[in-house]
Amino acid sequence: MSLNRILVPVKRVIDYAVKVRVTGGKIDTNVKHSMNPFDEIAVEQAVRMREGKQVKEVIAMTVGPTKSLETLRTALAMGADRAIHVETPEGTEILPLQVAKLIRAVAEKEKPEVVILGKQAIDDDSSQTGQMLAGLLGWSQATFANKIAVAGDKLTVDREVDGGLETISTKLPTIITTDLRLNEPRYATLPNIMKAKKKKVDKFTPADLKVDIKGSIETIKIEEPAKRSGGKKVASVDELIDKLKNEAKVL
Amino acid sequence: MPRLAALSTRLPLLRTAVAAASAIPRRRIVCLLPKRAFSLAPTARAAAAAQALTSAQYPTLRRNPDFKTLNDNDVAFFKSAIKSPAGVITADTPDELEPFNQDWMRRFKGQSTLVLRPSSTSEVSAVLKYCNDNNIAVVPQGGNTGLVGGSVPVHDEVVLSLQNMNQIREFDPVSGILTCDAGCVLEVLDNHLAQKGFIMPLDLGAKGSCQIGGNVATNAGGLRLLRYGSLHGTVLSMEVVMADGRIVECGKPLRKDNTGFDLKQLFIGSEGTLGVITSVSILTPRRSRAVNVAMLGVSSFDHLMEVFKQAKMDLNEILSAFEFFDRTCLNLVKRHIPNVRAPFDADTRFYVLIETSGSNKDHDDDKLSTFLEHVMTEGMVEDGALAQDATQAAGMWNIRETITESLAKEGGNYKYDLSVPVAQLYDVVEEMQKQLAERGLYAADGSATGAVKHVVGFGHMGDGNLHLNLTSTGWTTELTQAIEPPLYKSIQRRGGSISAEHGVGLMKAPYLSYSKSADFIDLMKSMKKLFDPKGILNPYKYFPPS
Repeated sequence: MSLNRILVPVKRVIDYAVKVRVTGGKIDTNVKHSMNPFDEIAVEQAVRMREGKQVKEVIAMTVGPTKSLETLRTALAMGADRAIHVETPEGTEILPLQVAKLIRAVAEKEKPEVVILGKQAIDDDSSQTGQMLAGLLGWSQATFANKIAVAGDKLTVDREVDGGLETISTKLPTIITTDLRLNEPRYATLPNIMKAKKKKVDKFTPADLKVDIKGSIETIKIEEPAKRSGGKKVASVDELIDKLKNEAKVL
Repeated sequence: MPRLAALSTRLPLLRTAVAAASAIPRRRIVCLLPKRAFSLAPTARAAAAAQALTSAQYPTLRRNPDFKTLNDNDVAFFKSAIKSPAGVITADTPDELEPFNQDWMRRFKGQSTLVLRPSSTSEVSAVLKYCNDNNIAVVPQGGNTGLVGGSVPVHDEVVLSLQNMNQIREFDPVSGILTCDAGCVLEVLDNHLAQKGFIMPLDLGAKGSCQIGGNVATNAGGLRLLRYGSLHGTVLSMEVVMADGRIVECGKPLRKDNTGFDLKQLFIGSEGTLGVITSVSILTPRRSRAVNVAMLGVSSFDHLMEVFKQAKMDLNEILSAFEFFDRTCLNLVKRHIPNVRAPFDADTRFYVLIETSGSNKDHDDDKLSTFLEHVMTEGMVEDGALAQDATQAAGMWNIRETITESLAKEGGNYKYDLSVPVAQLYDVVEEMQKQLAERGLYAADGSATGAVKHVVGFGHMGDGNLHLNLTSTGWTTELTQAIEPPLYKSIQRRGGSISAEHGVGLMKAPYLSYSKSADFIDLMKSMKKLFDPKGILNPYKYFPPS
C-alpha cells in the first residue's frame, strides 16, 4: 500500500520531567515545554512509514500560540516533510472538541488517508481528541495502538486494552492514536535540524478554517493535591502494634 | 496529578519508550534524571582481588604503634558521648560495619572495629577530644565515594561518619547562600535548591551518594566547574572541628570578608587531614530556566579542539559543560548500562557532550543554533543530536555519567585523573596504549585480549582534565608498576598534575613529588604538625610515606 499523506497533530505541553506547581490558583507555565511524549511517538511512526515507502508525505500540525512553532520544528527535525500551524491566542486553552474540529478542517483540505495522534496529552490527560475526530469525520478509529501493520489496503492494529492486547483490522481512511510501546522516538540529529529550517510551515487562524474555538467547559478551580502527611517513627514493636490497632485501625 | 497517573500505570515500559536511561530500573517512578546507583557487579576475578586488605596490599604502611588499640572503656565512652543508639557501630554487627571499611571501587579494605555517627557538631567535638587525648586514630568519612582510597581505614582507625549530620541549616533566597551540615547528600541539596530556583555550583556522577562535607574536603570538581568555578571560590565559610576537639568557625556566610587569614582554604582539599568539616556555607547560583544539551560525534582530536574553540566563541557565557569521551567509552556504556541509546548512528572516534544554561530560551536557542550550523557546515563534526526535551537531555547526560560505572563493571579498573595542557589531553592515552603494547600487556588491535583490556580517555575537556582509565584482568603489582611510574613521569614532563580533582588519598600519596616540590611538601608537613600534632586525623595518607 502506498498512501499519499499522513497527518500528525502534535501539542506543545509542559515538559514531562518538570514538577508542575500551582501558584495563585493557576498552573505555573513559566517552565520548560516540549512536545507531548505520545505525539513524539506519533511523529516517529509516521516518519518510519514514509521511510518504509508506505506513505509519500508526512504533515505535522499544531493548534496553539506562537510558541507552538517550536514543537513543529521538532516534528520537522524528526522527519516530517512540512507543517501547518493553526495559531490561537496566547493563554487560551483550546478544548479537545474544538481541537478536533480544527484538525477536521485541515484534514478536509489536505486529504490524508491516516491521521495519527498521541493517545492523550500529558497536561489534561483527556484522551478525547482522536476519538472525537473520528466521529466528526465519520472515519474508523484504532486507539491505544501498540503495533501497526500494513496488510494490503487495510491496517492491522494491536490495541492496548485492560485485558491485554486486542487486534483489529481497519479500512482507510482511519484515525490512529499511539500508546507508549508503539515505538521509541528518534533524537533530532543535526543534519535534520538544519534541513528542518527550510521546510514549509503554513499558517492559519481558526477563523480561516471557520471553526469557533470557544469551549463549552469552564475551569472553576485548580489546586494541588493534598500533601502527603509525614510518616511516624516508632521506638518498639509494641508501639507499632498499638498504632496499627488504634490509629490506623488496620489490625 | 493526572499526568503522572496515566504514565505511571505503565511504569515498567515507560522506560523503554521514553529515552530515559536511569541506572536504577525499578525503584524510581517520576524522576528521569540520571542518578549514580552504585550497583556494581565486578567480574568474579576482580571481586576476589578486591577483598584483599589494604594493609596486605601496602605492607610498608605499618600500623603506627603510638596509636591506641581500642578497648571496652573506649567503646563505652563513645556510646555515652553519642546520644543516638544508631550512632555507634561495633564489631558486634560486622555486616553493618563492613561498608564503612570498603571503598566504592572495592579496591581498598580497612579493619576498623568501630564506626561513629554523631548527629551534632558538639558530639563530633567530644569524640575528637577523646581520641586526641587517647591517641586514637580517626578516619573522617562522608559518602565514601572517593576514588583514591582516602575515605576508608588502612588499619583499625575509627571511622567518623558524618552521614547522620544532614540538616539544611539555612538558605537565603536573596543572596543564594546555603548553610548546611557536612553530611547532606549533594543531590538532596540540589533538589532542595531546585524548588527555590537555585542550583548547587558543583555536580558529579556520585551526586546521589556523596556528601557536601566530603566534596569540600576533597575540593571536588565535576561537571559544572567550567561554568561556576571551584569550591575554593564558592565556599564562603565553614565550621570545622580540630583534632583536639576545638570547634572553629572559619568565617561567616558572607560574600566578602577580608578579616584575617582565609584559613578555610586550607581545609578545602585537605582530605580530612587537618580537621573535620561539620558545616559549610556555599554560594549557590540561580538555576537556569533554559538548558540545552547536545551530543556531537567528532572524528579526530584536532577537530575536537576546533569544536571546543568554536563553542567558547559562539556560546561563550551560556556554555555550562563541555565533556568528551572516546568510542570505547560509549561501547562500554552500551554494554553495561540498561536502556542506553546512542543519540545518533555515526560511529566516531570522539564524542562531545555540550550543555548550555541561560536565563532566556530564545537567546540561547539562537546562539546554539548558530554554533551547531557552524560546526556542521565547516565539517568539524560528523554528526550530532540536540535534545528536544528534558528526558532526552537526561538520556544524553546519562551516557557520560555512567562511563565510570561501566568501567568498574569491566573489572580491574585503574583510574587516573590528570591535568595537562588541552592539546595534549589524548596524547597521554595514546602514549599509554603504545607503551603497554610494547610490553605485551595490551592488544593494540583493540581486541581487548591483553592483561590490560581497554585504555580509555574521557573527561572535562573544558578544564583540561583527563580521566585516563584502564580495565584489566585484575589489579596486580606487575600491572601497577607497568602503568604508574611511566605515567607520572610523563605527566611531570608535560607540566601537568597527577591528580586534577580526585585528590591524593592513599593511592597518590607516594607520587606527590611528581607534582609538588620538596620544599612545598615540607611546608605542608609543618601545617599538619600545627593543626594535628598527634597525627590522628586520617593517618597513612596524603603525605608521601617517609
